Amino acid sequence: MSALGIVGGVLQAALVVAGSPLLVGWMRQIRARLEGRVGAGVVQPWRDLRKLFRKEAIAPAGTSEVFRFTPLVLVGSTLVVAAAIPFVTDASALGPGADLFAVVALLAMGTATLALAGLDTGTAFGGMGASRATTIIALVEPSLLMAIFALSVPVGSTNLASIVHSALRNPAQVLSPASLLAAVALLMVTVAETGRLPVDNPSTHLELTMIHEAMVLEYSGPDLALVELSASMRLSVFLGLLASLFAPWGIATSLDPVPLGVGVVVFAAKVLVLGTAVAVGEVFVAKLRLFRVPELLAGSFLLGLLAVAASFFLSRQP
Amino acid sequence: MSEALYVQLLDLAGGALLLTAVVILWRRKLTAIVRVFAVQGFALSLLVAVLAAHENDPTLGGIAVGLLVLRAGVLPWLLRRALAAAGEEQHETRPLVNVAASLLAAAVLVLIAYAVSQPLVELFPSAASTAIPVGMAVVLIGFFALVTRRHALSQLVGFLLMDNGITAVGFLATTGVAFVVELGISLDVLMAVLVLYVLASRMREAFGTTDLDDLRELHD
Repeated sequence: MSALGIVGGVLQAALVVAGSPLLVGWMRQIRARLEGRVGAGVVQPWRDLRKLFRKEAIAPAGTSEVFRFTPLVLVGSTLVVAAAIPFVTDASALGPGADLFAVVALLAMGTATLALAGLDTGTAFGGMGASRATTIIALVEPSLLMAIFALSVPVGSTNLASIVHSALRNPAQVLSPASLLAAVALLMVTVAETGRLPVDNPSTHLELTMIHEAMVLEYSGPDLALVELSASMRLSVFLGLLASLFAPWGIATSLDPVPLGVGVVVFAAKVLVLGTAVAVGEVFVAKLRLFRVPELLAGSFLLGLLAVAASFFLSRQP
Repeated sequence: MSEALYVQLLDLAGGALLLTAVVILWRRKLTAIVRVFAVQGFALSLLVAVLAAHENDPTLGGIAVGLLVLRAGVLPWLLRRALAAAGEEQHETRPLVNVAASLLAAAVLVLIAYAVSQPLVELFPSAASTAIPVGMAVVLIGFFALVTRRHALSQLVGFLLMDNGITAVGFLATTGVAFVVELGISLDVLMAVLVLYVLASRMREAFGTTDLDDLRELHD
């Protein structure tokens, strides 16, 4: 664990917490403008969060501790991931702990806890949302592992910091066919895992189609604020992961204030650009039928597998 | 051309070949499939062109141009014509195996291709021969598409996919077959497509459909 990693971890965690609602607001604003609406403004998610935090916490009768602790677990696990992945600096706050499998497991833990909370309320919608979320996470997990694993093969380590470090030293590695395939797979996984179109509609409250919203239906007040905050943090963590792995340029490698500042600005810019691309893409697609979602995710799994195969066999120098 | 650039371009063309084969399996709309097939033809000719530039072989360059015209131009054009004549209900592929399962099958086929082509690669390890498994995988995926599709047209696409794979393996393994042989193969493929095209339109005239499952029944 190095000083660079710790400074980076603190910076990243603060940046993700402060910036994620702004990212969500920015994406909503872009969608609104493209659809011919004025939009609520970029800081609207923060206003919503402030309003929710001031309200009284209410838990439905008959719910257990699982329901009450879930928002904390969600925010906590996402914060750890945000500090662990090398976004701003090429060292990780967790050192060897920033392993690909650990990070993916932490992200999955958030989803699993939320599914448990959905079941805990005992409502029909909560159970339905939990069942759908579990189906999707079961399909997303292998593709996510495969896609990042393909990048770790040429490096010879599953540590995210080593992958980013090696990509920074050897830029040609980013443009190999394996990494292009993995990028497409990871993008699909990001869309599915953060509940964006075409897998889930983040703005829907139509009972038959919602996934994430169905699970959080019973939350209110500060708990709802935490759940919403963690959902937006997950979005920026996934987009940041995509940016760090496939466009690692600008990540700070020393403790000087100038590279650190550049790292922060570049990270924010990369996530913003990716978010803009996702938001613009969403305007043009309709939500996929739920039964077609496994097809999409089987495709992303296959792309991940091809990426692994390609990085094992294709680029092997004789 | 420098060695690193050669390897990079070769890998890129190989990756594009594999990706387009998978996308052909993935998409349902035949119009989209034909478009992807044209892209694959382009990737194949790029592969041959890269080999030609590396070997400094003008004949191979000529073959690359010929492949580009045939696989990215003439064959997709013929398929599009057949598709336009086929009518609206023929535009979906309706595979026998659902798309998710066939994608997983493709994943297994890719692994098999890598496993079975290891002896070939070890015969003469070079940048070109390490890409042989890609061609092999395209052959297997093409064969899979051939056996799991119902319509004559989508089976035709599977057949052409297989042929693209065989051509890729041929060039990667030998870095250039004789010009006459390649010309013969290309003409054969063109003839096969033309014959199948005529056959499919005759079938449609006779039975009103090109669904091959319907041909099992006896007609008066």
